[in-house]
This record gives sequence, C-alpha cells and structure tokens, in this order.
Amino acid sequence: MGAEGLGARVLRKEDKRFITGRGRYTDDYDLKDTTYAAFVRSPHAHARIKNIDVSAAEAAPGVVAVLTGSQLTDDKIGGMICGWMVHSKDGSPMNAGAHPAIAVDIVKHVGDQVAVVIAETNGQARDAAELVEVDYEELPAVVNLKAAVKDGAPQLHPEAANNISFDWAIGEKDATEAAFAAAANVVSMDITNNRLVPNPMEPRVAIGSYDPAEEHYTLYNTSQNPHLARLILSAFVGVAPEHKLRVIAPDVGGGFGSKIFVYPEETVCLWASKRIGGRPVKWTSDRTEAFLVDAHGRDHVTEAEMALDENNKITGLRVHTLANIGAYMSTFSSAVPTYLHATLLSGQYNIPNIYAEIDAVYTNTSPVDAYRGAGRPEATYVVERLMETAARQLGISPVELRRTNFITEFPHQTPVIMAYDAGDYEASLSAALSASDYDAFETRREEARSRGKLRGIGLSCYIEACGIAPSAAVGSLGAGVGLWESAEIRVNPVGTVEVLTGSHSHGQGHETTFAQLVNERLGIPIENVQIVHGDTDKVQFGMGTYGSRSGAVGMSAISKALDKIEAKTKKLAAHLLEASEADIVIEGGQVKVAGTDQALGFHEVALAAYTAHNMPEGMEPGLKEGAFYDPTNFTFPAGSYVCEVEVDPETGRTEIVQFVAADDFGTIINPMIVDGQVHGGLAQGIGQALLEGCVYDEDTGQLITASFMDYTMPRADDLPNFQVSTTKTECPGNPLGMKGCGEAGAIGSPPAVINAITDAIGNNNLSMPATPLKVWQALQQTSAAAE
Amino acid sequence: MTTIAMQVNGKEVTADVEDRTLLVQYIRESLGLTGTHVGCDTSQCGACVVHVDGKAVKSCTMLAAQAAGKTITTIEGIADGDTLDPIQVAFHENHGLQCGFCTPGMIMATKDMIARHGTDLDEKTIRSELEGNICRCTGYHNIVKSIQAAASAMAAAE
Ligand code: FES
Ligand code: FES
Repeated sequence: MGAEGLGARVLRKEDKRFITGRGRYTDDYDLKDTTYAAFVRSPHAHARIKNIDVSAAEAAPGVVAVLTGSQLTDDKIGGMICGWMVHSKDGSPMNAGAHPAIAVDIVKHVGDQVAVVIAETNGQARDAAELVEVDYEELPAVVNLKAAVKDGAPQLHPEAANNISFDWAIGEKDATEAAFAAAANVVSMDITNNRLVPNPMEPRVAIGSYDPAEEHYTLYNTSQNPHLARLILSAFVGVAPEHKLRVIAPDVGGGFGSKIFVYPEETVCLWASKRIGGRPVKWTSDRTEAFLVDAHGRDHVTEAEMALDENNKITGLRVHTLANIGAYMSTFSSAVPTYLHATLLSGQYNIPNIYAEIDAVYTNTSPVDAYRGAGRPEATYVVERLMETAARQLGISPVELRRTNFITEFPHQTPVIMAYDAGDYEASLSAALSASDYDAFETRREEARSRGKLRGIGLSCYIEACGIAPSAAVGSLGAGVGLWESAEIRVNPVGTVEVLTGSHSHGQGHETTFAQLVNERLGIPIENVQIVHGDTDKVQFGMGTYGSRSGAVGMSAISKALDKIEAKTKKLAAHLLEASEADIVIEGGQVKVAGTDQALGFHEVALAAYTAHNMPEGMEPGLKEGAFYDPTNFTFPAGSYVCEVEVDPETGRTEIVQFVAADDFGTIINPMIVDGQVHGGLAQGIGQALLEGCVYDEDTGQLITASFMDYTMPRADDLPNFQVSTTKTECPGNPLGMKGCGEAGAIGSPPAVINAITDAIGNNNLSMPATPLKVWQALQQTSAAAE
Repeated sequence: MTTIAMQVNGKEVTADVEDRTLLVQYIRESLGLTGTHVGCDTSQCGACVVHVDGKAVKSCTMLAAQAAGKTITTIEGIADGDTLDPIQVAFHENHGLQCGFCTPGMIMATKDMIARHGTDLDEKTIRSELEGNICRCTGYHNIVKSIQAAASAMAAAE
C-alpha cells in the first residue's frame, strides 16, 4: 500500500476550503439581479382552497410577482413524480395521486405550497407572503397510519381508496403459513419504527435562472444527484428540455437521502425565473420549512412473527407493515418500504420461508422517502428485535440464537429476492463480542447495580444492500432509471488528471478517496488529481450518491475508465520505448519496461499523447477515457453491533456507556473516512433509538416537532465515543471488492440500543425513541408486575 | 435603516442596514463572508458562531445594529495568512468534518471554549460545551478528538 493509495489513512483534500470558510454551498452563490422567493404555505393539514387574493401582496414593496398553482398549470408544468412503479398483490399499478408543485384546489399537509412571492429582497418576499390571503375550507385530516386505513377516514386522493396507494407482498404465503403451523415456538411483536426528519445541517436551497436569449435554464441546487434532477425536471415535470437545462450541485452540506428527491421548490424557481423575464429566483429554506417539506424517513407500523423449530432454527417470518408515505408520493417513496425493506427481512439468517405484506398509506403529513438506510433500518429493526425477543422467550443466549441461524455458505439465495454474494457473519460477531468484552458483562451489571444503575447489553447483527443494481433487475422491479454509474478520466498534457464522476459528494470525501484510486493505479500524487462532480455541463451523466453506492458503483466506473487509460498509456509507451506492450508496467508515476532501467515519466507519455508527433499506427491523439459501470448485483455489507447502557431507575434516563461496531465493508479505500461514516451513521441510529421522532397532532395534523427546540437532534453529550472496527470479505461483484459504508451505522444501531435498554429494565415493551419518560414508565410496569 | 460601523476580521466596515438585519445576514449578504452559516431559525445549531469582542456569539441571535462599534471575527479571519489556526489544523488532521457545514461554527466555538477553559480539556467538558453546536455528519466523535488535539497542540506551543 502506498502512502496515498488504497487503504491509506489519507487526510482529506477538500478540508481546506471548509475549515477556512471558503466552501461554496448553494446559498453562497449570489447571481447578479437575483430575486428572492418566499412560499405561502398551508397552515392546515387538509383544506380546500376557496380563493387566493394576491392583490395586497402584489402591491407590497419590492414585489416582482406573486404566482399560484393555476399559473403553473397554465404553463403546462407537470406535477412531481414518483419514479419507481410498484404493483399491488392483485397486479394493479400503485395509485399515485397528483402532486402539483403548487397546490391548486386542495392542500394535503401543513406546509403544502399555495403560492410563491418573488421580491427584490428575501425580507420583502417574506413580508409580502404574509399578505397573500387564502380562503380555506378546512377538511378533516388524518395523520395516524391505523386511522388512515379505517373505513370512514378522511380520503387524500380519489385514486387511492382507503388511502392505500398499494398493497404489495413478497415471498411465499402458503409455505410460510405451513412453517408457522408446524413451529415449535412462535414469537410475535408489534413494532413501530418512528418517523424521523433527516435534517442535514444545510437547509435546501434552489436558484433558478433563465436566459431568454439562449432559452436556457440553470439550476443551482442542494442535490445529491444533479443529473437525476435534470432528467426529472425536463422529461417528467417539463420545465425545460434536457439540453437547455444545466443543474449545478456545488458543495452540499449533508443529504442523508433528503436531497435525492426533486421537490416543488426547485421546479418553481426555474419556472418563475422565466415568468419574470429571466432574473434569477432564489429560495433558501429555513429550518422550519425543512421540517415541513423535506421528505421524512421511516414511519412504519408492523406486526411481525417469527417461527422456530425445536432446535431454535428459524423456520418462518411473517410481516405486515403499514408504511406511511405522507400526503404525496415522493421521488422514490414506493421503493423504500418494498424493495429496500422487505427484501432484507432475512437478515443474516437462514430463513426458509418469509412472507411480507406492505401497505403504503397516504396521510396528511409531509411526504416520506429514503432517509439514511432507507428501508433497511426498518427491516433490521424488525429482525433484530425479534431475535433478541425470541432468545429471551426461549431462555437462550441471544448470541447462540444468532449463531444457530447464521448463513454460512455463499452465495445464498434468500426467499425475498436477494442473493447474498459473500460474508462472514461469525467473524464480525466475534470481533464485536471480544471488543465489548461481552463475556464479562454480568460482572459489570453487578457493579452498576451497586451504584444504583440498571445496566443492560444489546446485540444487533445487520445486513444491508447497497449499490442498488443491476439496472436490468431494478428496471424489472419498477425503477424508472438505471442504477449504473459513469466516469471519465482526462489526463492533461502535463500528466495531471481530472476525474469526472456522476457520484456526488456531500460530506463523504470523494475528492480524496477517488484520487487515492488514481494514485494507486497511475502512481501520481493525489494533489495532481482533481475530482469534478456536481455539474451536468461538465459530467456527461451520472446517478448521484445515495444507498452507499459511490464506492461500489462510482469507483468501479472510475476503475474501468482507468483500465482504458492504462491500456492506452502502455501501448503508447511501448511504441515510444520500442518495447513490447506486454513488458510495460506503470509504477510510481513511471511507465517502465519491466526488468530494465528504461522508463518514461507518466507525464511524458501524456505529453506524447497530446503532441501526437510519434504515435503508434492508428492510435488517436489525446489521453481521455470514459466508462459506464453497471453492477451485477447489490453489495451486502454486514456487521455486528453491541450496545451497553446504564439506566437511572429514578429518572429513566439512559446513558450509552459503550458502543462497539464491527462492520464488513469489503475493501476499504480510506479507513479514516470509513470510520467517520460509521460514527455519523451510529449517531443517527442512536438518535432514532433515544431522541428523535416526529409528533403530529392527531386532530389538527400540525407537526408539533417542527424545530430544533422540539425535535431532539443528537448533541455531543448524548453520545459516547464509539469503538469501531472492520472485518473483511471482499465483494466478488465489483472490481475493487467494495461494499459500501455510508448507512450501516444508522441501520444496525437502533435495535442494539433498544435491546440493551429492554435488557436493563427487564421489560421488552418499549418503543423508539426511548425517552426518559417512556423508559421510566416501562420500569414502573416492570416493578408493578413483580409485586 | 441604520448606519453601522464595526471592525470585521481586522477591517473597518460601514453600511446602511435595515433595522431588522441580523448580524449573520450582514456578514453573509453584505460583506460576502459566506463561511458563517445559517442552519436553523431558533438559535439552536451554532452554524453561525462568530466572535464578538473575542467571545463566541451565535450571529443569528444578534442584530447587525447591536454589533456596531464592536470587533467581529469570522471563520475567514482566524488564519494568519497561509498559517492556519491550530484548531483548523486539528479538525483537518482528525477528520473532524464531513460536509463542512457545521465546521466554521464548531471551530469558532472551540476557540472560545479553549479561551475560557484553558487547554486542559477533558472529554466530558468538551461534550457539554458543544451543547450549542449541532453536527449531523460526524457523530461528534472526531470533533471531540479534534478539539482535544487542538488543545494539546496549543498547550505545547505555550
Ligand atoms: S443559525 Fe444561528 S444557531 Fe442556528
Ligand atoms: S460536518 Fe456536516 S454537519 Fe458537521
């Protein structure tokens, strides 16, 4: 391993601009003549718009325009789309109701767009937005999943009877029922997966700019996938033709899924810029808006059952989930509870029979879509809560129950689509157990008891699926796009390199890790490598960054393009050095004839390619190659987490005293960055388990937790230091053997935390977030039962 | 409108601002110093922390007019030319940032934390001192490490 190559703990190239305040986030762009947009948003969860009076707003100082949904319709701008088609059990396509960028007749959640005011300054736009008078007729609203599917519930979309967009199923129903009928033991649970708000620290921003002379649009946007945004805005929403729309996603301050989606606000900014004659229109979300309109995550209510035989082998798993999709179907909302959730219900275990039914339910709440982990945390939570509960019911060690059921042979075909390619679940479990000194836990429990604290330990063995692919497979499952990645390598005449990638970095450190790959292959220092991303005018196409795909898919494309660069370099060097191509090796920035002292610097070969004075017969000048990479399968990162807590029985407060993670991510490019990704994921998973959760008022549909005052974001003093380590089985499906590490922490940690707390308090009946109040109440139940 | 004058990163600046202009808006929009960020509207996140007369202040909680006559330092003003502040170095060397959005506020808060507590900082103090700064990316693990490393480096340089 070189100092800057694969596996090296290289400090990040991108840091300097961020630590000096010179990052360039979307809101930092200040285009000439910019106008500012403020949205008028519905204060009601469900209401009919009877009239909108914009006259006072139009007359307010600085106002350039006040636009409503009917003008959007007049201009034939389409609604927002859901890009993944899911079919119900009876074969019928999902019932996706209309999702206009600005509501026309009916608003369906608090925060729904009703009008937009465009003014000379942000302050003027907000002032004038207050003057738009909307006459609403309030309608009954429903926010609760179980209430929404009851007869007589308020209905959101005429297409979706009983508010059900689709009722989908996977697995073999009859075989699973037979397994339950024959079971020696059955474990049943009602499980709620709490609704979360992604809350990247940078709120969303859009700047739409129309050039009337060129009839060309530019969108600066906080996006994880600018090309996808361009495709959807042009081909589906119809704002601009694709070749007349440039999307730029500059530095982006975190995404966690919430910046994948194409939202109404960017649509409106682009459209409005044309409407007002071409001045740029800028919208900067404030945090309250982010709470109301950024897509939320999770929100499942599940009934789950596990069947086991007399040897404690799992014979069946049955799951019925109501998945909240909110008021509208967001861009990938249909895929999350289905193909990203139910397909992972086999966990790390050999489960011969699985049957899962998922009902996607509309409610008068913000749309719900992918949030870090997207479906896989929900699956892991179901499986790992069941495992721990089963062990307790059967009176056996949770470690043994897992070991008894681990998949040990690969490839392994689960009953729910996934074919696991490689893994060693015992290795990560052993690593986690020894790092946490699991065997000596009871001594620690006793010691804690002497201090009046209740100590508990919880395990979670998760699996996830990253790099959603191959394209043909996801296409057959309903995806509207392919999920490959592209890369282009441009070697400059001086031998420096530009890598153009369709991946997008919003904290993941691609400018460093991608350069490390180039260093590994061409031997040039990473400072001579520039990573170019986030601009549809520069990068030809790409699918962006989500689902932990940038390493496994994005870097595989770079690797393939580097193969081509190497091949041409060798051919040209062989010609220049009058040697055989087969003898040429590239090492340490040199292109050498193996076993001789004959060599050219890589930069000399690059220059020769551009001067083209002396090329082999038929070779084109230049040194630039591109590649598209379509994976052959998902990748399957997996690991084991051990959480240890102490609960104060007086207050119900939980302290995490130890958190151990052992993950198998396959090949690792930069362990420092991988550790950081795990830390961040753990914080979000622990946040879900202990602190975070949306609360809607059941009657009015108001989001009560709509600010950082009310929604508990994890702070430094809520979290412990993490003990993270990795084990390794290479992914056989991609050239680098990578699996992906971005989401694991958020996927694996919630059940570990809840398993630990329920162990500490001796009551398994506890839902997330396990606030001090809930834990205290559960403790009262425990002691009442003991009396 | 109010006319205000203050010193920002060593430079005297004057401007006419609307009375309601927040210090953070003035810094970002009028002065173009976009390293100071806005992450919330309830003064919770700390992305906007700057120093006012040497003390850490959330610049979203203060009107620009209230800063008149004061000395302001932002993230752009703490390096000495090409020589970075030891806290900036520590965040880089300990991977104390991912997306970087919270980072300027974290660094400015750290500077104040070390000024108040000295360089002998334990983990518990650091974690409780970070109460006013939210990071969604790092899980704080490496931020705490960065702050400890910065404190040690500053202690060694004393
Ligand atoms: S923007 Fe000042 S504390 Fe959040
Ligand atoms: S580094 Fe992204 S919010 Fe802290």
